[in-house]
Amino acid sequence: MEFGPHLMLAVLEGLVQASVLTLTALGLSLVFGVMRVVNVAHGEFFMLGAVLAWWITSLLGGGAGLAFAAALVGAPLMVGAIAALADWLVLRRVAYDPERTIVATIGLLYIFQQITLMTFGPDARPVPPPFNTRLALPWFEWGEGGIALYWPWGLSITSYKLFVIAAAPVVLVALWLVMTRTRLGLVLRATRIDSETARAFAIPVEQVYALVFGIGAALAALGAVLVVPIRQAHYLMGADPLLLSFIVVIIGGLGSLRGTVLAAVLIGMSDGIISVFFTPTLAKIFATLVVAMVLVARPGGLFGERRT
Amino acid sequence: MTQRILALHLGLIGLLFVLQFVLPPYHHDNIARIMVMAAYAMGYNLMFGYTGLLSLGHAMFFAAGMYGMGLSMQHAGFAAEAALAVGITAGFGLALGVGLLALRTTGVAFMIVTLMFAQALFLAILYFGPFTRGDEGFVIPLSARIFAGLRLSDPTIRYFAALALFALVLLAMLWLIRHPVGRVLIAIRENEERTRMLGYDTWRHKLFAVTASGTISGTAGAVYGLLFGYVGASFAEVPYSIFPLLWVLLGGAGTLVGPFIGTLFMFYLIDLASGVTDAYMLVVGVALLLLTLFAPRGIMGMLRERWLPWLP
Repeated sequence: MEFGPHLMLAVLEGLVQASVLTLTALGLSLVFGVMRVVNVAHGEFFMLGAVLAWWITSLLGGGAGLAFAAALVGAPLMVGAIAALADWLVLRRVAYDPERTIVATIGLLYIFQQITLMTFGPDARPVPPPFNTRLALPWFEWGEGGIALYWPWGLSITSYKLFVIAAAPVVLVALWLVMTRTRLGLVLRATRIDSETARAFAIPVEQVYALVFGIGAALAALGAVLVVPIRQAHYLMGADPLLLSFIVVIIGGLGSLRGTVLAAVLIGMSDGIISVFFTPTLAKIFATLVVAMVLVARPGGLFGERRT
Repeated sequence: MTQRILALHLGLIGLLFVLQFVLPPYHHDNIARIMVMAAYAMGYNLMFGYTGLLSLGHAMFFAAGMYGMGLSMQHAGFAAEAALAVGITAGFGLALGVGLLALRTTGVAFMIVTLMFAQALFLAILYFGPFTRGDEGFVIPLSARIFAGLRLSDPTIRYFAALALFALVLLAMLWLIRHPVGRVLIAIRENEERTRMLGYDTWRHKLFAVTASGTISGTAGAVYGLLFGYVGASFAEVPYSIFPLLWVLLGGAGTLVGPFIGTLFMFYLIDLASGVTDAYMLVVGVALLLLTLFAPRGIMGMLRERWLPWLP
């Protein structure tokens, strides 16, 4: 393949990556923004989403489309409920102290991961995509008679990947509408800005926290359900999304939703493109060092508001 | 007061000395490992327990010591003594560099920065696979594991070498925390702002804590590699950053013997669990959760609170 079509293929892979990453990182950012805690178990909620998607689809069987739709709705709901419960039982009791929360969520990380190992097992398992038509893509060429379209061999994308790329903007718009247009969004924003004052206005802050923790986990799970027909479900799959979400949330500014989306697209795209052309390990070394140095230079994140 | 403290710590060292002659081989080997790991945990405790800096990336110092030792043996043909020095220097250098950068942040950002640096080191070990043997790691040949004429592969000598490291670190820590510098570190943990107001250069003290902590951890890593003859990337991975945190939390952060008690308990707990199931890390998760919820002070911390207020 020539460079042009190859690059286009990389961009499309990058978009798939960016879409999933946007959802996952948004969950982490939402939790940090509202609750001011770092959830180290976020990657495990992603993993649980994928595993539950496998469980639901294999339980229902039958048509791939219907089973997948059930997983798309069911898995995030279940993961959200698990997360809200974990928040109520654990995080609420350590009073959302930032350091103790990190230690507690490390504990949750191992508990979720190891319980999955005990029940789901160490194998990677696939989920069939609901539709998977291969679409060949055209590329243009300057011929003798102007621009000529042709179909290079290997330049194609599946309809399912297009669906994944489209899913993130839809969820984003929905989340934005909820945050800006509904009463629930108002409560969330009030808690995020000043939880003390919110409490004074009779907002049940602890219940809001449980809900936010649940929504954050559900967003990660949604990303996982979307990605699981492309990559298989595995009990250790949570590490990479956690790392990438951290990177995105830090580059985008801790707790800033707009910055998070921007950074997710940027990082997802570049990760997708870089791993087509370079080795993924080198890309990851580079990315982790960039995050560390960004935090050292600007503890509030690149686009974040400066806090003292 | 001082006599009680000396009696307790020298007594512990004496007890471990006597145990060498009575333990059956399996536990004998375990206790040797636990003593080296306890030295690692004490290094961690200096930062977390005494200075109040929570690092999530201590495996990088442990691995720096281990790889500094192992690689200089493997590729430069160093003898054990020189290789150990290289390992300790590697731990020291990395800790100084990381300290200079990471201490510009505080709180959660500090935790993430240390986590990221550790992850970068782990990935670098994988990336330079042809040089480091990546995931597989490498075995240090028996012929190279001779330190000052002593065969470190011999169980008795290995036990005493581990005990020597443990005793050295324990007594050095005891000396340090009673020294004015140690007092300032504790003051920083309690209230950094106020310590600075009293005229202490808190940044320098914190840098000292990170460097000393990293050097002790690096030494433990180098000694572990020498005594047990294996250098591998798994020691640089996230669990080995979490373990010292867990050991210190369980035993009691900011207590001297806490790290040893925590390492001892957790080691046998994991040992028992791994006999039952593959998912033995579940024990780690549950222990972390229970500790944060119900016993944030750990075993020795609770003892100190209830009955033994003099415990250092």
